[in-house]
Amino acid sequence: MTANNSASASSADTPMIEVEGLNKWYGDFHVLRDIDLTVGRGERIVVCGPSGSGKSTLIRCFNHLEEHQQGRITVDGVTMTQDIKRIEQIRRNVGMVFQHFNLFPHLSVLDNCCISQTWVQKKPRVEAEKTAREFLERVQIADQADKYPGQLSGGQQQRVAIARALCMRPEVMLFDEPTSALDPEMIKEVLDVMVELAHDGMTMLCVTHEMGFAKTVADRVIFMDQGQIIEQAPPETFFNNPESERTKLFLSQILGH
Amino acid sequence: MTTRTEMIEARRPPDMRRGVVGWLRANLFNGPLNSVLSVITMVLLAMMLWPMAKWALIDADWLGSTREACSGEGACWVFISARFETIIYGFYPDPERWRVNSVLAMMTLLVAWLAIPRLPAKRWVGAFALVGFPILAYVLLNGGHFGLVEVPTREWGGLMLTLTVATVGIVGSLPIGVVLALGRRSQMPLVRSLCVVFIEFWRGVPLITVLFMASVMLPLFVPTEVEFDKLLRALIGIMFFWSAYMAEVVRGGLQAIPSGQEEAAKALGLGYWRRMGLIVLPQALKMVIPGIVNTFIALFKDTSLVLIIGLFDLLAIIRAGLTDSDWLGFATEGYVFAALMFWVFCFSMSRYSQYIERRLHTGH
Ligand SMILES: Nc1ncnc2c1ncn2[C@@H]1O[C@H](COP(=O)(O)OP(=O)(O)OP(=O)(O)O)[C@@H](O)[C@H]1O
Ligand SMILES: [Mg+2]
Repeated sequence: MTANNSASASSADTPMIEVEGLNKWYGDFHVLRDIDLTVGRGERIVVCGPSGSGKSTLIRCFNHLEEHQQGRITVDGVTMTQDIKRIEQIRRNVGMVFQHFNLFPHLSVLDNCCISQTWVQKKPRVEAEKTAREFLERVQIADQADKYPGQLSGGQQQRVAIARALCMRPEVMLFDEPTSALDPEMIKEVLDVMVELAHDGMTMLCVTHEMGFAKTVADRVIFMDQGQIIEQAPPETFFNNPESERTKLFLSQILGH
Repeated sequence: MTTRTEMIEARRPPDMRRGVVGWLRANLFNGPLNSVLSVITMVLLAMMLWPMAKWALIDADWLGSTREACSGEGACWVFISARFETIIYGFYPDPERWRVNSVLAMMTLLVAWLAIPRLPAKRWVGAFALVGFPILAYVLLNGGHFGLVEVPTREWGGLMLTLTVATVGIVGSLPIGVVLALGRRSQMPLVRSLCVVFIEFWRGVPLITVLFMASVMLPLFVPTEVEFDKLLRALIGIMFFWSAYMAEVVRGGLQAIPSGQEEAAKALGLGYWRRMGLIVLPQALKMVIPGIVNTFIALFKDTSLVLIIGLFDLLAIIRAGLTDSDWLGFATEGYVFAALMFWVFCFSMSRYSQYIERRLHTGH
């Protein structure tokens, strides 16, 4: 899965994502403030923080779903500019999974997984289908390949969404609260897929409030508040000895009493 | 405490169909009040429909070729059958009518091929219908090439003219409308303003005015050497007029697609045209099929307005027949027949669109 079959501009020891002095505004509202961040290859990062702190906005900058006004973002050696060719080059290397799945309801599960292979990678149909089935198998949903997204449960849909992103064989996967729209009994099936992916060595950036997941797979946990990175540390340190008062308050709120 | 050890097998659902009597009981006679209302309604319907049926079918005259065949008790359909050819072909010269027939046959075949899902090679047939067929149809109908006698468009008329105007209008207004709708949502201010101005201009003028402008005013502005065909001018006007309406219908569909769809497509690396063509438009167009077909039907019916610039469409040719001194006094038959013809086409479009909607439903 980590096979580097894309023509990446960088060698194996450059960071996967490099962010320097990132600032972003919505009108007058300063959402992201002086963000500096380096994500190494194969690193698994969990981003948490209160609602409205800018977590989604931050990771959506990495594939230019949001535009930043200041600072530099480099993904796999390619620096983000306004140039659409370059943005699309970056997007081919970055997979994204959304809170609300965002599957294409008019396409079958299989076609959801084939569409970017066919139209972006220009693979022949047979080959695209083979890859699609392979990844659907990995997320344990191969038997639903011919159904439409509307006929699947939330957990199944999210697993299809993960398979769809993996079909492009991205270098890094971004997850924006992948389990928060799911019923409790479906959260586990999605988390299991994510844990497996992490064990395979995929570079991952997850916005999530699943602290169990953070403890088991994360190399680093990042805490954000009001558009800033307040604290980042390995999970043991983060959960046991948080430095900042705001982190402590946040942890006490979400870990329960 | 009991524990289930074996799961219950899935069974077929009970049969809920109950035949005619069951249907009648469930829908018309499920209670005293409804029974009374049903009976009253049926009596009123019968009172209205009976005289109509008597006039149009039972007392009607069907056979013959002259006025003498009309007994005067009911409708005299001889009036229609005597001028049936004119109603179909207008003033298209007799020996050349095979050309109209071939175009009509070809069009029927193409529409049927595209409409029946089981038939293969939709893409090629569709491409031919959009590109090859119009050229072929024009060459055949207009002539002037390949040894075909030229038949100027002022000799076209009747149903063939109505179908020409409607087909060109339908086939032209949908793609132009889609492009305008996309343009109106564009990030580029210039493109957006141009589309807004275009749409608001054409939506702001009545179709009659458009047709008058096309036939009377346009020649004043363009040099006299450039001779534009009157029908062509009307066709362009009709196409632009309806594409403005189409654009707003399509835009409604575009707005209903959640932004997550486009974001997911972006995240997969799809470019703008692919995102639109593969993800957004298929969903948006499907959602507004009723609105699109509504516009098609309005367009079809409004083709009869071309009579005010002197083109003889189906309705105009029937009207012209009313003033024939041999056949005075058959206005009712003429108009009823015209209405029936329009109704058949519009109703078919409506039913087909409902069928397509059901077919495209993927459970969301
Ligand atoms: N398109 C927008 N226009 C204006 N403000 C926005 C826009 N999108 C987000 N915001 C604001 O930016 C801030 C950060 O939003 P963001 O979605 O990144 O938060 P988040 O940390 O992901 O929160 P949550 O946990 O609720 O998803 C919020 O205060 C939000 O109101
Ligand atoms: Mg968020």
